[in-house]
Amino acid sequence: MTHKLSAARLNRLFLAGELSAVEITESVLSRIASVDPVVGAFIKVAAEHALDRARKLDARRKAGDREFGPLAGVPVAVKDNICTCGIETTCASRILKGYVPPYDATVVERLRASGAIIIGKTNMDEFAMGSSGETSAFGVTRNPWDLERIPGGSSSGSAAAVAAEEVPLSLGSDTGGSIRQPAALTGVVGLKPTYGYVSRYGLVAFASSLDQIGPFGHDVEDVARLFEVIAGPDRRDATNAGRTPPEVKFGGEPSLKGVRLGVPREYFGSGIEAGVRARVEEAIKQLEELGASVEECSLPSTEHALSAYYIIAPAEASANLARFDGVRYGYRAAGASGLLEMYGRTRAEGFGPEVKRRIMIGTYALSSGYYDAYYKKAQQVRTLVIRDFERAFGRFDALVTPTVPTTAWRLGEKLDDPLSMYLADICTIPVNLAGLPAISVPCGFADGLPVGLQLIGQHFADTQLLQLAWAYQKVTKHHEARPDVDLKGGRQQ
Amino acid sequence: MALTLKEVEHVARLARLSLSEEEKAAFTVQLSRILEHVESMNRLDVTGVPPTYHAVSLENVLRADKPQASLDRQTVLEQAPEAEAGCFRVPKITEG
Repeated sequence: MTHKLSAARLNRLFLAGELSAVEITESVLSRIASVDPVVGAFIKVAAEHALDRARKLDARRKAGDREFGPLAGVPVAVKDNICTCGIETTCASRILKGYVPPYDATVVERLRASGAIIIGKTNMDEFAMGSSGETSAFGVTRNPWDLERIPGGSSSGSAAAVAAEEVPLSLGSDTGGSIRQPAALTGVVGLKPTYGYVSRYGLVAFASSLDQIGPFGHDVEDVARLFEVIAGPDRRDATNAGRTPPEVKFGGEPSLKGVRLGVPREYFGSGIEAGVRARVEEAIKQLEELGASVEECSLPSTEHALSAYYIIAPAEASANLARFDGVRYGYRAAGASGLLEMYGRTRAEGFGPEVKRRIMIGTYALSSGYYDAYYKKAQQVRTLVIRDFERAFGRFDALVTPTVPTTAWRLGEKLDDPLSMYLADICTIPVNLAGLPAISVPCGFADGLPVGLQLIGQHFADTQLLQLAWAYQKVTKHHEARPDVDLKGGRQQ
Repeated sequence: MALTLKEVEHVARLARLSLSEEEKAAFTVQLSRILEHVESMNRLDVTGVPPTYHAVSLENVLRADKPQASLDRQTVLEQAPEAEAGCFRVPKITEG
Protein backbone atom coordinates (compact mmCIF):
# COMPACT_ATOMS: atom_id res chain seq x y z
CA MET A 1 0.00 0.00 0.00
CA THR A 2 3.06 2.25 0.14
CA HIS A 3 2.40 3.32 -3.43
CA LYS A 4 -0.85 4.98 -2.29
CA LEU A 5 0.87 7.40 0.11
CA SER A 6 1.34 11.10 -0.59
CA ALA A 7 4.77 12.59 -1.23
CA ALA A 8 4.57 14.50 2.06
CA ARG A 9 3.90 11.29 3.98
CA LEU A 10 6.57 9.25 2.19
CA ASN A 11 9.11 11.96 2.93
CA ARG A 12 8.14 11.98 6.63
CA LEU A 13 8.29 8.19 6.91
CA PHE A 14 11.66 8.08 5.18
CA LEU A 15 13.13 10.76 7.44
CA ALA A 16 11.73 9.00 10.53
CA GLY A 17 13.35 5.75 9.44
CA GLU A 18 9.98 3.97 9.27
CA LEU A 19 10.31 3.26 5.55
CA SER A 20 13.56 2.87 3.65
CA ALA A 21 13.98 4.48 0.24
CA VAL A 22 14.51 1.00 -1.21
CA GLU A 23 11.20 -0.23 0.26
CA ILE A 24 9.39 2.79 -1.19
CA THR A 25 11.04 2.34 -4.60
CA GLU A 26 10.32 -1.40 -4.71
CA SER A 27 6.68 -0.80 -3.82
CA VAL A 28 6.33 1.76 -6.62
CA LEU A 29 8.13 -0.48 -9.13
CA SER A 30 5.85 -3.38 -8.28
CA ARG A 31 2.76 -1.19 -8.67
CA ILE A 32 4.04 -0.03 -12.09
CA ALA A 33 4.70 -3.64 -13.10
CA SER A 34 1.14 -4.61 -12.21
CA VAL A 35 -0.87 -1.75 -13.76
CA ASP A 36 1.29 -0.14 -16.42
CA PRO A 37 0.94 -2.94 -18.99
CA VAL A 38 -2.68 -1.73 -19.16
CA VAL A 39 -2.29 2.04 -18.52
CA GLY A 40 0.85 2.63 -20.62
CA ALA A 41 2.03 5.67 -18.68
CA PHE A 42 5.74 4.90 -18.99
CA ILE A 43 8.05 4.81 -21.98
CA LYS A 44 10.93 3.75 -19.78
CA VAL A 45 11.04 2.54 -16.19
CA ALA A 46 14.53 3.22 -14.82
CA ALA A 47 14.39 0.51 -12.16
CA GLU A 48 18.11 -0.01 -11.64
CA HIS A 49 18.83 3.70 -11.65
CA ALA A 50 16.06 4.30 -9.10
CA LEU A 51 17.11 1.48 -6.78
CA ASP A 52 20.70 2.65 -6.92
CA ARG A 53 19.59 6.15 -5.87
CA ALA A 54 17.42 4.67 -3.13
CA ARG A 55 20.29 2.61 -1.73
CA LYS A 56 22.48 5.71 -1.60
CA LEU A 57 19.77 7.67 0.24
CA ASP A 58 19.36 4.84 2.76
CA ALA A 59 23.13 4.66 3.31
CA ARG A 60 23.26 8.41 3.92
CA ARG A 61 20.40 8.23 6.43
CA LYS A 62 21.98 5.29 8.24
CA ALA A 63 25.27 7.18 8.47
CA GLY A 64 23.47 9.91 10.40
CA ASP A 65 23.10 12.42 7.57
CA ARG A 66 20.15 14.71 8.35
CA GLU A 67 20.59 17.17 5.49
CA PHE A 68 17.79 15.89 3.30
CA GLY A 69 15.65 17.86 0.89
CA PRO A 70 11.84 18.04 0.82
CA LEU A 71 11.51 15.13 -1.64
CA ALA A 72 13.93 12.71 0.02
CA GLY A 73 12.65 9.19 -0.52
CA VAL A 74 9.90 10.30 -2.90
CA PRO A 75 9.61 8.62 -6.34
CA VAL A 76 8.94 11.07 -9.18
CA ALA A 77 8.17 10.30 -12.84
CA VAL A 78 9.51 12.66 -15.49
CA LYS A 79 7.97 13.46 -18.87
CA ASP A 80 10.11 12.12 -21.67
CA ASN A 81 10.88 15.53 -23.15
CA ILE A 82 12.96 16.49 -20.10
CA CYS A 83 16.62 15.46 -20.34
CA THR A 84 17.82 12.91 -17.80
CA CYS A 85 21.55 12.20 -17.85
CA GLY A 86 22.12 8.51 -18.56
CA ILE A 87 18.39 7.75 -19.05
CA GLU A 88 17.03 7.60 -22.60
CA THR A 89 14.97 10.68 -23.55
CA THR A 90 12.85 10.30 -26.69
CA CYS A 91 10.02 12.90 -26.71
CA ALA A 92 7.97 9.83 -27.73
CA SER A 93 9.45 10.15 -31.22
CA ARG A 94 11.23 7.71 -33.49
CA ILE A 95 13.68 10.47 -34.35
CA LEU A 96 15.10 10.42 -30.79
CA LYS A 97 14.80 6.70 -30.08
CA GLY A 98 17.96 5.59 -28.30
CA TYR A 99 19.09 9.11 -27.41
CA VAL A 100 20.76 9.19 -24.00
CA PRO A 101 21.39 12.78 -22.86
CA PRO A 102 24.89 13.57 -21.58
CA TYR A 103 23.42 16.11 -19.14
CA ASP A 104 20.49 16.70 -16.78
CA ALA A 105 17.82 19.33 -17.24
CA THR A 106 17.93 21.93 -14.45
CA VAL A 107 14.66 20.59 -13.01
CA VAL A 108 16.18 17.10 -12.88
CA GLU A 109 19.29 18.41 -11.12
CA ARG A 110 16.99 20.06 -8.60
CA LEU A 111 14.98 16.86 -8.17
CA ARG A 112 18.14 14.90 -7.46
CA ALA A 113 19.38 17.56 -5.01
CA SER A 114 16.04 17.39 -3.15
CA GLY A 115 16.45 13.66 -2.60
CA ALA A 116 13.78 12.60 -5.10
CA ILE A 117 14.07 9.22 -6.81
CA ILE A 118 13.55 9.43 -10.57
CA ILE A 119 11.54 6.34 -11.37
CA GLY A 120 11.24 6.61 -15.13
CA LYS A 121 10.17 8.57 -18.19
CA THR A 122 6.53 9.03 -19.08
CA ASN A 123 4.70 8.68 -22.35
CA MET A 124 3.48 11.80 -24.14
CA ASP A 125 2.26 13.14 -27.44
CA GLU A 126 5.21 13.21 -29.81
CA PHE A 127 7.28 16.35 -29.08
CA ALA A 128 4.38 17.46 -26.84
CA MET A 129 2.17 18.06 -29.89
CA GLY A 130 -1.28 16.71 -29.20
CA SER A 131 -4.09 16.71 -26.67
CA SER A 132 -4.76 13.00 -26.23
CA GLY A 133 -1.47 11.13 -25.87
CA GLU A 134 -2.23 9.30 -29.10
CA THR A 135 0.51 10.86 -31.24
CA SER A 136 3.23 9.02 -29.26
CA ALA A 137 5.36 6.79 -31.48
CA PHE A 138 5.40 4.20 -28.68
CA GLY A 139 1.71 3.45 -28.17
CA VAL A 140 -1.15 5.14 -26.38
CA THR A 141 -1.67 5.84 -22.69
CA ARG A 142 -5.10 4.92 -21.36
CA ASN A 143 -7.23 6.91 -18.93
CA PRO A 144 -7.22 5.04 -15.60
CA TRP A 145 -10.90 6.00 -15.07
CA ASP A 146 -11.97 4.35 -18.31
CA LEU A 147 -9.43 2.37 -20.26
CA GLU A 148 -11.26 2.97 -23.55
CA ARG A 149 -10.66 6.71 -23.22
CA ILE A 150 -7.74 9.07 -23.66
CA PRO A 151 -6.03 10.57 -20.58
CA GLY A 152 -5.50 13.91 -22.35
CA GLY A 153 -2.19 15.31 -23.49
CA SER A 154 0.41 16.08 -24.21
CA SER A 155 1.62 15.04 -20.70
CA SER A 156 -0.53 11.90 -20.96
CA GLY A 157 1.78 9.53 -19.08
CA SER A 158 2.66 11.98 -16.31
CA ALA A 159 -1.03 12.52 -15.52
CA ALA A 160 -2.04 8.86 -15.88
CA ALA A 161 0.88 7.63 -13.75
CA VAL A 162 -0.30 9.78 -10.83
CA ALA A 163 -4.00 9.00 -11.40
CA ALA A 164 -3.32 5.25 -11.47
CA GLU A 165 -1.31 5.53 -8.22
CA GLU A 166 1.90 4.41 -9.89
CA VAL A 167 3.80 7.44 -8.52
CA PRO A 168 2.84 10.18 -6.06
CA LEU A 169 4.34 12.96 -8.20
CA SER A 170 5.39 13.63 -11.77
CA LEU A 171 6.67 16.41 -13.99
CA GLY A 172 5.05 17.50 -17.22
CA SER A 173 5.34 20.43 -19.58
CA ASP A 174 2.60 22.84 -20.64
CA THR A 175 2.68 24.75 -23.95
CA GLY A 176 -1.06 25.18 -24.51
CA GLY A 177 -2.56 23.17 -21.66
CA SER A 178 -0.44 20.01 -21.71
CA ILE A 179 -0.32 19.79 -17.91
CA ARG A 180 -3.74 21.16 -16.96
CA GLN A 181 -5.82 19.36 -19.58
CA PRO A 182 -4.62 15.79 -18.78
CA ALA A 183 -4.76 16.65 -15.06
CA ALA A 184 -8.44 17.54 -15.49
CA LEU A 185 -9.28 14.48 -17.61
CA THR A 186 -7.58 12.05 -15.18
CA GLY A 187 -8.73 13.66 -11.92
CA VAL A 188 -5.42 14.92 -10.53
CA VAL A 189 -3.90 18.32 -9.72
CA GLY A 190 -1.67 19.96 -12.33
CA LEU A 191 0.11 23.32 -12.13
CA LYS A 192 1.38 25.36 -15.06
CA PRO A 193 3.71 27.89 -13.40
CA THR A 194 4.24 31.50 -14.49
CA TYR A 195 6.43 31.58 -17.60
CA GLY A 196 10.01 32.02 -16.39
CA TYR A 197 9.63 30.63 -12.87
CA VAL A 198 10.96 27.19 -13.81
CA SER A 199 14.11 26.80 -15.91
CA ARG A 200 13.62 25.35 -19.41
CA TYR A 201 17.27 24.27 -19.65
CA GLY A 202 17.16 20.63 -20.71
CA LEU A 203 13.50 20.69 -21.75
CA VAL A 204 13.36 19.73 -25.42
CA ALA A 205 11.83 22.88 -26.86
CA PHE A 206 8.49 22.89 -28.67
CA ALA A 207 7.38 26.55 -28.53
CA SER A 208 9.97 28.49 -26.56
CA SER A 209 7.82 31.49 -25.63
CA LEU A 210 5.05 29.22 -24.27
CA ASP A 211 6.67 26.08 -22.79
CA GLN A 212 6.81 25.71 -19.03
CA ILE A 213 7.57 22.67 -16.86
CA GLY A 214 5.25 21.94 -13.95
CA PRO A 215 4.12 19.34 -11.39
CA PHE A 216 1.31 16.77 -11.12
CA GLY A 217 0.10 15.26 -7.84
CA HIS A 218 -3.02 14.11 -6.03
CA ASP A 219 -3.27 17.12 -3.76
CA VAL A 220 -2.22 20.75 -3.75
CA GLU A 221 0.27 20.30 -0.91
CA ASP A 222 2.27 17.70 -2.82
CA VAL A 223 2.15 19.80 -5.97
CA ALA A 224 3.38 22.86 -4.06
CA ARG A 225 6.23 20.83 -2.60
CA LEU A 226 7.41 19.77 -6.07
CA PHE A 227 6.90 23.29 -7.47
CA GLU A 228 9.13 24.76 -4.77
CA VAL A 229 11.84 22.25 -5.62
CA ILE A 230 11.88 23.00 -9.37
CA ALA A 231 11.26 26.77 -9.42
CA GLY A 232 14.00 29.37 -9.11
CA PRO A 233 16.84 31.19 -10.85
CA ASP A 234 18.98 29.51 -13.50
CA ARG A 235 21.75 31.27 -15.42
CA ARG A 236 21.57 28.69 -18.20
CA ASP A 237 18.09 29.71 -19.35
CA ALA A 238 17.92 33.19 -20.84
CA THR A 239 14.13 33.21 -20.40
CA ASN A 240 14.32 32.42 -16.70
CA ALA A 241 12.93 35.21 -14.52
CA GLY A 242 15.65 34.78 -11.91
CA ARG A 243 13.12 34.70 -9.09
CA THR A 244 12.48 32.32 -6.22
CA PRO A 245 8.81 31.91 -5.34
CA PRO A 246 7.84 32.86 -1.77
CA GLU A 247 7.37 29.84 0.47
CA VAL A 248 3.85 28.42 0.32
CA LYS A 249 2.32 28.14 3.76
CA PHE A 250 -0.69 25.93 4.29
CA GLY A 251 -2.54 25.69 7.54
CA GLY A 252 -5.30 27.03 9.72
CA GLU A 253 -8.88 27.40 8.62
CA PRO A 254 -9.39 27.62 4.86
CA SER A 255 -10.87 31.05 4.21
CA LEU A 256 -11.15 33.07 1.02
CA LYS A 257 -12.42 36.19 2.76
CA GLY A 258 -11.56 39.23 0.66
CA VAL A 259 -10.52 37.18 -2.39
CA ARG A 260 -12.09 38.52 -5.60
CA LEU A 261 -12.79 35.89 -8.26
CA GLY A 262 -13.79 36.59 -11.86
CA VAL A 263 -15.72 34.17 -14.02
CA PRO A 264 -15.06 34.91 -17.72
CA ARG A 265 -18.26 34.18 -19.66
CA GLU A 266 -16.42 33.19 -22.86
CA TYR A 267 -15.23 30.01 -21.14
CA PHE A 268 -18.79 28.78 -20.68
CA GLY A 269 -19.76 28.95 -24.36
CA SER A 270 -21.66 26.52 -26.52
CA GLY A 271 -18.92 23.88 -26.64
CA ILE A 272 -19.14 23.08 -22.93
CA GLU A 273 -20.79 19.80 -21.86
CA ALA A 274 -23.67 20.12 -19.41
CA GLY A 275 -21.98 17.90 -16.83
CA VAL A 276 -18.77 19.92 -16.93
CA ARG A 277 -20.68 23.18 -16.57
CA ALA A 278 -22.63 21.82 -13.58
CA ARG A 279 -19.51 20.67 -11.72
CA VAL A 280 -17.66 23.93 -12.34
CA GLU A 281 -20.65 26.00 -11.21
CA GLU A 282 -20.89 23.90 -8.03
CA ALA A 283 -17.20 24.53 -7.41
CA ILE A 284 -17.68 28.28 -7.87
CA LYS A 285 -20.48 28.16 -5.25
CA GLN A 286 -18.11 26.40 -2.84
CA LEU A 287 -15.48 29.09 -3.39
CA GLU A 288 -18.17 31.66 -2.56
CA GLU A 289 -19.09 29.77 0.61
CA LEU A 290 -15.42 29.99 1.60
CA GLY A 291 -15.80 33.77 1.56
CA ALA A 292 -14.68 34.75 -1.93
CA SER A 293 -16.61 37.34 -3.92
CA VAL A 294 -17.55 36.11 -7.38
CA GLU A 295 -18.42 38.22 -10.40
CA GLU A 296 -18.86 37.50 -14.08
CA CYS A 297 -16.43 39.18 -16.48
CA SER A 298 -15.49 39.11 -20.15
CA LEU A 299 -12.28 38.29 -22.03
CA PRO A 300 -13.43 39.15 -25.56
CA SER A 301 -10.28 37.97 -27.36
CA THR A 302 -10.72 34.38 -26.13
CA GLU A 303 -12.16 33.03 -29.38
CA HIS A 304 -9.16 34.32 -31.32
CA ALA A 305 -6.55 33.09 -28.85
CA LEU A 306 -6.81 29.60 -30.30
CA SER A 307 -6.10 30.86 -33.82
CA ALA A 308 -3.14 32.90 -32.65
CA TYR A 309 -1.78 29.90 -30.75
CA TYR A 310 -2.05 27.56 -33.73
CA ILE A 311 0.16 29.94 -35.69
CA ILE A 312 2.64 30.94 -32.96
CA ALA A 313 3.25 27.47 -31.50
CA PRO A 314 3.88 25.74 -34.88
CA ALA A 315 6.01 28.67 -36.05
CA GLU A 316 8.28 28.37 -33.01
CA ALA A 317 8.19 24.57 -33.31
CA SER A 318 9.27 24.64 -36.96
CA ALA A 319 12.37 26.57 -35.91
CA ASN A 320 13.06 24.45 -32.82
CA LEU A 321 12.66 21.13 -34.61
CA ALA A 322 15.09 22.12 -37.36
CA ARG A 323 17.81 20.67 -35.12
CA PHE A 324 16.58 17.14 -35.77
CA ASP A 325 18.44 16.54 -39.01
CA GLY A 326 20.21 13.21 -38.50
CA VAL A 327 23.64 14.79 -38.09
CA ARG A 328 24.46 14.87 -34.37
CA TYR A 329 22.04 12.59 -32.51
CA GLY A 330 18.99 10.41 -32.90
CA TYR A 331 17.72 8.72 -36.04
CA ARG A 332 19.35 8.97 -39.47
CA ALA A 333 17.76 7.61 -42.65
CA ALA A 334 19.98 4.99 -44.24
CA GLY A 335 21.61 5.16 -47.65
CA ALA A 336 21.08 8.83 -48.53
CA SER A 337 23.38 9.91 -51.35
CA GLY A 338 23.61 13.55 -50.26
CA LEU A 339 23.02 15.86 -47.33
CA LEU A 340 19.65 17.30 -48.43
CA GLU A 341 18.27 13.85 -49.12
CA MET A 342 19.46 12.75 -45.69
CA TYR A 343 17.69 15.69 -44.01
CA GLY A 344 14.46 15.17 -45.90
CA ARG A 345 14.26 11.41 -45.42
CA THR A 346 15.44 11.44 -41.81
CA ARG A 347 12.70 13.91 -40.87
CA ALA A 348 10.05 12.21 -43.00
CA GLU A 349 10.80 8.81 -41.44
CA GLY A 350 11.52 10.07 -37.93
CA PHE A 351 8.56 12.41 -37.28
CA GLY A 352 4.93 11.33 -36.99
CA PRO A 353 2.00 12.97 -38.80
CA GLU A 354 1.05 15.56 -36.15
CA VAL A 355 4.61 16.82 -35.82
CA LYS A 356 4.93 17.09 -39.60
CA ARG A 357 1.59 18.90 -39.76
CA ARG A 358 2.75 21.52 -37.27
CA ILE A 359 6.18 21.94 -38.89
CA MET A 360 4.35 22.52 -42.18
CA ILE A 361 1.93 25.10 -40.69
CA GLY A 362 4.78 26.88 -38.95
CA THR A 363 7.03 26.91 -41.98
CA TYR A 364 4.17 28.25 -44.10
CA ALA A 365 3.28 30.98 -41.59
CA LEU A 366 6.89 32.14 -41.46
CA SER A 367 7.51 31.92 -45.19
CA SER A 368 8.10 34.92 -47.41
CA GLY A 369 4.88 36.73 -48.24
CA TYR A 370 2.82 35.20 -45.42
CA TYR A 371 4.75 36.38 -42.38
CA ASP A 372 2.68 39.53 -41.83
CA ALA A 373 -0.67 37.93 -42.61
CA TYR A 374 -0.19 35.06 -40.18
CA TYR A 375 2.71 35.28 -37.78
CA LYS A 376 2.74 39.00 -37.07
CA LYS A 377 -1.04 39.09 -36.89
CA ALA A 378 -1.02 36.23 -34.39
CA GLN A 379 1.44 38.12 -32.21
CA GLN A 380 -0.82 41.20 -32.34
CA VAL A 381 -3.76 39.05 -31.24
CA ARG A 382 -1.51 37.79 -28.45
CA THR A 383 -1.19 41.39 -27.26
CA LEU A 384 -5.01 41.67 -27.16
CA VAL A 385 -5.21 38.46 -25.10
CA ILE A 386 -2.67 39.87 -22.64
CA ARG A 387 -4.57 43.17 -22.40
CA ASP A 388 -7.80 41.31 -21.64
CA PHE A 389 -6.14 39.51 -18.75
CA GLU A 390 -4.54 42.74 -17.50
CA ARG A 391 -7.94 44.42 -17.43
CA ALA A 392 -9.45 41.46 -15.55
CA PHE A 393 -6.65 41.40 -12.99
CA GLY A 394 -7.30 45.06 -12.27
CA ARG A 395 -10.57 43.86 -10.70
CA PHE A 396 -9.88 40.26 -9.64
CA ASP A 397 -7.27 38.24 -7.77
CA ALA A 398 -7.90 35.13 -9.84
CA LEU A 399 -10.15 33.81 -12.60
CA VAL A 400 -12.18 30.60 -12.42
CA THR A 401 -13.00 28.51 -15.51
CA PRO A 402 -13.43 24.91 -16.60
CA THR A 403 -10.05 23.39 -17.53
CA VAL A 404 -11.50 21.47 -20.49
CA PRO A 405 -14.99 21.95 -21.98
CA THR A 406 -15.56 18.17 -22.11
CA THR A 407 -14.67 14.99 -20.24
CA ALA A 408 -12.20 12.47 -21.70
CA TRP A 409 -13.18 11.29 -25.18
CA ARG A 410 -12.77 7.81 -26.64
CA LEU A 411 -9.45 6.60 -28.02
CA GLY A 412 -9.31 7.28 -31.75
CA GLU A 413 -12.33 9.60 -31.70
CA LYS A 414 -10.55 12.78 -32.83
CA LEU A 415 -7.38 11.35 -34.28
CA ASP A 416 -8.24 12.00 -37.93
CA ASP A 417 -9.68 15.45 -37.28
CA PRO A 418 -6.81 17.66 -36.09
CA LEU A 419 -8.99 20.75 -35.92
CA SER A 420 -11.50 19.22 -33.50
CA MET A 421 -8.58 18.07 -31.35
CA TYR A 422 -7.17 21.63 -31.37
CA LEU A 423 -10.51 23.06 -30.20
CA ALA A 424 -10.30 20.98 -27.00
CA ASP A 425 -7.63 23.39 -25.72
CA ILE A 426 -9.76 26.52 -25.82
CA CYS A 427 -9.76 27.07 -22.02
CA THR A 428 -6.05 26.51 -21.46
CA ILE A 429 -4.34 28.20 -24.42
CA PRO A 430 -4.92 31.89 -23.56
CA VAL A 431 -3.00 31.36 -20.28
CA ASN A 432 0.16 30.31 -22.15
CA LEU A 433 -0.08 33.20 -24.60
CA ALA A 434 -0.06 35.57 -21.61
CA GLY A 435 2.56 33.61 -19.62
CA LEU A 436 0.27 33.37 -16.57
CA PRO A 437 0.17 30.69 -13.87
CA ALA A 438 -2.85 28.37 -13.75
CA ILE A 439 -3.79 25.25 -11.85
CA SER A 440 -6.33 22.51 -12.52
CA VAL A 441 -7.93 20.77 -9.54
CA PRO A 442 -10.46 17.92 -9.59
CA CYS A 443 -14.02 19.20 -8.99
CA GLY A 444 -16.11 16.06 -9.36
CA PHE A 445 -17.37 13.71 -12.05
CA ALA A 446 -19.69 13.83 -15.05
CA ASP A 447 -20.90 10.42 -16.26
CA GLY A 448 -18.22 8.80 -14.09
CA LEU A 449 -15.39 10.79 -15.68
CA PRO A 450 -13.29 13.44 -13.89
CA VAL A 451 -13.88 17.17 -14.37
CA GLY A 452 -11.26 19.85 -13.69
CA LEU A 453 -11.59 23.36 -12.33
CA GLN A 454 -9.03 25.88 -13.60
CA LEU A 455 -7.81 28.80 -11.49
CA ILE A 456 -5.78 31.46 -13.32
CA GLY A 457 -3.57 33.93 -11.46
CA GLN A 458 -1.45 36.97 -12.19
CA HIS A 459 2.22 36.75 -13.15
CA PHE A 460 4.27 35.27 -10.31
CA ALA A 461 1.19 34.77 -8.12
CA ASP A 462 1.67 30.98 -8.22
CA THR A 463 1.86 30.83 -4.44
CA GLN A 464 -1.49 32.60 -3.96
CA LEU A 465 -2.99 30.31 -6.60
CA LEU A 466 -1.80 27.25 -4.70
CA GLN A 467 -3.28 28.64 -1.49
CA LEU A 468 -6.62 29.24 -3.21
CA ALA A 469 -6.64 25.68 -4.58
CA TRP A 470 -5.65 24.36 -1.13
CA ALA A 471 -8.63 26.08 0.51
CA TYR A 472 -10.94 24.48 -2.06
CA GLN A 473 -9.43 21.03 -1.44
CA LYS A 474 -9.83 21.48 2.32
CA VAL A 475 -13.62 21.59 1.95
CA THR A 476 -14.04 19.07 -0.88
CA LYS A 477 -13.22 15.40 -1.35
CA HIS A 478 -12.99 15.14 -5.16
CA HIS A 479 -9.22 14.75 -5.13
CA GLU A 480 -9.49 11.74 -2.84
CA ALA A 481 -11.36 9.62 -5.40
CA ARG A 482 -9.26 6.93 -7.04
CA PRO A 483 -9.93 4.83 -10.14
CA ASP A 484 -9.92 1.07 -9.84
CA VAL A 485 -7.45 0.19 -12.59
CA ASP A 486 -7.19 -3.40 -11.44
CA LEU A 487 -10.63 -4.05 -12.84
CA LYS A 488 -10.13 -3.83 -16.59
CA GLY A 489 -12.18 -0.88 -17.76
CA GLY A 490 -13.92 -0.70 -14.43
CA ARG A 491 -14.68 2.57 -12.72
CA GLN A 492 -15.07 3.41 -9.12
CA GLN A 493 -15.75 6.65 -7.33
CA MET B 1 -7.26 30.08 -47.70
CA ALA B 2 -7.05 26.90 -49.76
CA LEU B 3 -3.51 25.65 -50.28
CA THR B 4 -2.54 24.09 -53.58
CA LEU B 5 -0.54 20.90 -53.88
CA LYS B 6 2.26 22.98 -55.39
CA GLU B 7 2.37 25.23 -52.31
CA VAL B 8 2.47 22.20 -50.01
CA GLU B 9 5.40 20.83 -51.99
CA HIS B 10 7.19 24.18 -51.71
CA VAL B 11 6.66 24.36 -47.92
CA ALA B 12 7.80 20.75 -47.50
CA ARG B 13 11.00 21.63 -49.33
CA LEU B 14 11.58 24.60 -47.01
CA ALA B 15 10.89 22.37 -44.00
CA ARG B 16 13.23 19.65 -45.28
CA LEU B 17 10.51 16.99 -45.22
CA SER B 18 10.44 14.38 -48.00
CA LEU B 19 6.68 13.76 -47.99
CA SER B 20 4.97 10.88 -49.75
CA GLU B 21 2.26 11.58 -52.36
CA GLU B 22 -0.42 10.50 -49.83
CA GLU B 23 0.96 12.85 -47.19
CA LYS B 24 1.03 15.76 -49.62
CA ALA B 25 -2.60 15.14 -50.58
CA ALA B 26 -3.71 14.81 -46.95
CA PHE B 27 -1.81 17.93 -45.85
CA THR B 28 -3.26 19.96 -48.72
CA VAL B 29 -6.74 19.32 -47.29
CA GLN B 30 -5.87 19.45 -43.57
CA LEU B 31 -3.65 22.55 -43.68
CA SER B 32 -6.25 24.39 -45.75
CA ARG B 33 -8.89 23.66 -43.10
CA ILE B 34 -6.64 24.73 -40.25
CA LEU B 35 -5.61 27.94 -42.01
CA GLU B 36 -9.23 28.70 -42.84
CA HIS B 37 -10.07 28.45 -39.14
CA VAL B 38 -7.09 30.59 -38.18
CA GLU B 39 -8.16 33.27 -40.61
CA SER B 40 -11.02 34.13 -38.28
CA MET B 41 -8.35 36.41 -36.78
CA ASN B 42 -8.82 38.64 -39.79
CA ARG B 43 -12.18 39.76 -38.42
CA LEU B 44 -10.24 41.52 -35.66
CA ASP B 45 -8.98 45.04 -36.21
CA VAL B 46 -5.41 45.04 -34.95
CA THR B 47 -4.37 48.34 -36.48
CA GLY B 48 -1.80 49.97 -34.21
CA VAL B 49 -1.59 46.97 -31.84
CA PRO B 50 2.05 46.10 -31.23
CA PRO B 51 2.95 42.41 -31.56
CA THR B 52 4.07 40.54 -28.42
CA TYR B 53 6.84 38.02 -28.93
CA HIS B 54 7.29 37.24 -25.25
CA ALA B 55 4.60 37.49 -22.59
CA VAL B 56 6.96 38.18 -19.71
CA SER B 57 9.46 40.98 -20.22
CA LEU B 58 12.95 39.61 -20.14
CA GLU B 59 16.42 40.92 -19.64
CA ASN B 60 19.48 39.42 -21.22
CA VAL B 61 21.24 36.91 -19.03
CA LEU B 62 24.92 37.74 -19.18
CA ARG B 63 27.98 36.18 -17.63
CA ALA B 64 31.64 37.08 -17.41
CA ASP B 65 33.53 36.30 -20.63
CA LYS B 66 35.60 33.53 -19.10
CA PRO B 67 36.31 30.29 -20.95
CA GLN B 68 34.85 27.24 -19.29
CA ALA B 69 34.60 23.55 -20.07
CA SER B 70 31.91 22.44 -22.48
CA LEU B 71 30.55 18.92 -22.89
CA ASP B 72 33.23 16.32 -23.43
CA ARG B 73 33.80 15.65 -27.16
CA GLN B 74 33.74 11.86 -26.86
CA THR B 75 30.47 11.90 -24.87
CA VAL B 76 28.82 14.05 -27.51
CA LEU B 77 30.07 11.97 -30.43
CA GLU B 78 28.71 8.81 -28.80
CA GLN B 79 25.22 10.03 -29.63
CA ALA B 80 26.03 10.63 -33.32
CA PRO B 81 24.67 8.25 -35.98
CA GLU B 82 28.17 8.29 -37.52
CA ALA B 83 31.40 9.81 -36.24
CA GLU B 84 34.98 9.77 -37.47
CA ALA B 85 38.21 11.38 -36.33
CA GLY B 86 36.48 13.54 -33.71
CA CYS B 87 33.91 14.83 -36.23
CA PHE B 88 30.32 14.07 -37.25
CA ARG B 89 30.36 12.08 -40.46
CA VAL B 90 27.68 13.00 -43.03
CA PRO B 91 26.97 12.19 -46.70
CA LYS B 92 28.59 14.45 -49.29
CA ILE B 93 27.49 18.04 -48.96
CA THR B 94 28.09 19.27 -52.48
CA GLU B 95 25.16 18.35 -54.65
CA GLY B 96 25.06 19.07 -58.35
